[in-house]
Amino acid sequence: MFLVVSNEEIAPQLHRMVISAPRVARSRKPGQFVIVRCGKGRERIPLTIADDDPAAGTITLIIQAVGISTREIVAVPAGGFISDVAGPLGEPTEIEKIGRVVCVGGGAGAAVLFPLAKGLAEAGNELTTIIGGRSEKYVILQKELGAFSTHLYTTTEDGSGGEKGFVTLPLKRLLEDPEQCPAAVYAVGPVPMMKAVCDLTRNYGVRTIVSLNPIMVDGTGMCGGCRVTVGGQVKFACVDGPEFDGHLVDFRELSARQATYLELDAHGCRLDQKIAELKKD
Amino acid sequence: MTKLSPKERMAIKRVKMITQDAKERACNFREVNQGLTPELAMEEANRCLVCRNKPCMEGCPVGVHIPEFLTAIALGDFKLAAEILRVDNALPATTGRVCPQEVQCEGVCVRGNKGEPVAIGFLERWVADWAAENMPREQPPTNQTGFRVAVVGSGPGGLTTAGELARMGHKVHVFEALHDTGGVLRYGIPEFRLPKAIVDREVENLRALGVTIECNVIIGRTLTVDEIAEEFDAVFIANGAGLPMFLKVPGENFKGVYSANEYLTRVNLMGAWMDVEGGTPIARGETVVVFGAGNVAMDSVRTAKRIGAAHAVCAYRRTRAEMPARAEEIEHAEEEGIDFQFLVAPLEIFGDEKGWVRAVKLQKMELGEPDSSGRRRPVPIAGSEYEMPCNIVVVALGTTANPLLTNTTPALKLNKWKNIVVDEKQATTMPGVFAGGDIVRGGATVILAMGDGKVAAHGIDEYLKTRTPKQ
Repeated sequence: MFLVVSNEEIAPQLHRMVISAPRVARSRKPGQFVIVRCGKGRERIPLTIADDDPAAGTITLIIQAVGISTREIVAVPAGGFISDVAGPLGEPTEIEKIGRVVCVGGGAGAAVLFPLAKGLAEAGNELTTIIGGRSEKYVILQKELGAFSTHLYTTTEDGSGGEKGFVTLPLKRLLEDPEQCPAAVYAVGPVPMMKAVCDLTRNYGVRTIVSLNPIMVDGTGMCGGCRVTVGGQVKFACVDGPEFDGHLVDFRELSARQATYLELDAHGCRLDQKIAELKKD
Repeated sequence: MTKLSPKERMAIKRVKMITQDAKERACNFREVNQGLTPELAMEEANRCLVCRNKPCMEGCPVGVHIPEFLTAIALGDFKLAAEILRVDNALPATTGRVCPQEVQCEGVCVRGNKGEPVAIGFLERWVADWAAENMPREQPPTNQTGFRVAVVGSGPGGLTTAGELARMGHKVHVFEALHDTGGVLRYGIPEFRLPKAIVDREVENLRALGVTIECNVIIGRTLTVDEIAEEFDAVFIANGAGLPMFLKVPGENFKGVYSANEYLTRVNLMGAWMDVEGGTPIARGETVVVFGAGNVAMDSVRTAKRIGAAHAVCAYRRTRAEMPARAEEIEHAEEEGIDFQFLVAPLEIFGDEKGWVRAVKLQKMELGEPDSSGRRRPVPIAGSEYEMPCNIVVVALGTTANPLLTNTTPALKLNKWKNIVVDEKQATTMPGVFAGGDIVRGGATVILAMGDGKVAAHGIDEYLKTRTPKQ
């Protein structure tokens, strides 16, 4: 059992939770994730480790409550317990001093971006951060990311905060300005956002790293559910990733696979309907 | 009771396992085999001729004293039978259910030369279940050595080693990567073949012996082998199967294509078959095609049937005679209406406009010359390609070595398949570190992992005798 040290809602349905997990806190590096499960019968949810405090033996997770399993996780109050936290999993980010870098985060992706951006800044890179969301309240971690970013730009789709539009707007300006064009771009967020960023940076030949979050079960390479095609090769996001060269990722396939369990009713045997029919007969 | 003559023993017919009706069980997850009555067990045990050279015992990877425990059953002394069994086998209720007896103990049983071998597996299962109901759990030995051993993985290999070492008076701590114990016994083998209550019971038996198990620790990520080798007096690595192999044909990433590992883990470990709201989902379909013919393929295709497939197909490149699965699983699958399609190989998987599987393209094969495995090699028949519509594809072709532990442990020597190299005592190239099961063998059976675990436990005990406890 893992103690929840604190739990605060930082945006609608988005929680920052500090959890006591000393073994994970000691061995974790930026870019890695944990699998969290909240009791019997619940799903195993992969969540990026946003931060750690090895001395206190804690890790910080930023969790978006989207389904029953994640809603139950964020419902655990400070002082409560989560049954399973396993990790760290995945390959750590390769953090090196490149020079000028841009980190792009969409929605809750900013949470995944945070440890990466922090690591890049600590390694001495000149960091520009762009974060966006549907509206102002979904643009998260502005203050935290701003603390180590040279420049921070925000965008909202409805114009309620920052620049109106997508994260690609300020990114395009940076790419076009020889004075500000980055050596590398890191993008984390919904698949369409990461794809848009990659399509844009490809034109400028700027290396772009994305962090993928496909459906997975065990997180240790055993199930193969998280397979993604990268440069024509099948990779397992949990052991080979989660970060990949964005210009090589097959986003169309990724996006289709992400939707697997949302489309279940439309595919296959429609069991409930069938049972109802059988009962009628 | 009067002693039977060999002639009288020879006259007894092999017992038939009481099973759930095939039609009924194909729609539920309750165990297929229902067990024997005490009378049936005693009668079956009387079929044993108690040969002096005990070929059955030789045929058992953990060396169970088979004629002795069968004699005890025949005499009605079930307690004695259980005690004899327990000495050699830490997980008898499991092996009695999942061992391929026909190629082990029963394969070499003298009774099999003329007629049918003694049903050793059924009797092992029967004694283990009787003991669980009627005997207290074994307690830790009073003489503790003070040595502490770390075991990586709580599957059959790890649990066996843990049990053996605990009985020798060593303190054992097991690290398990998943959130629950049992390894393949829990995530791989379905409820209808090995009820999870049995796995729970076997694990509780070990806990009663003083073994501690810590879940959610991935050795190679959470902790390294070097770290645990530093802290503990010895280490046994049995972290099990690795990355699933796929068909390497176009279309494998369409939705509805699963590795058997994922398919079975979703159903068994995560309980997807129970359809709990908010639980782990699984995609179902009218027609499910499983590629492969081993035990995992049988488990997958029979699971598909149980979760609603009207047409569950097992497609195999060779014929029934070459199938590596246990004989009983093949028979049960046939009774349950599984459609076996032999001498076919997949060429491509087709998807619909939304990216869901809609069909597989198959090619007919014929058997040619024997290959390196001694089995006749399947050869494609030109122009025989055809399409079979389906909604779900499950790939059960085995696994490659899991890299997480070995990648972070450079001192471990690996073979060309990235499996850990061990000597005859299961010792690795790191002092005090032993290994067994799939990470060494690259994919085998529960009982072979248990055999490795047993050998390793004795190797570890010998090694510890040359040392003083670290703490």
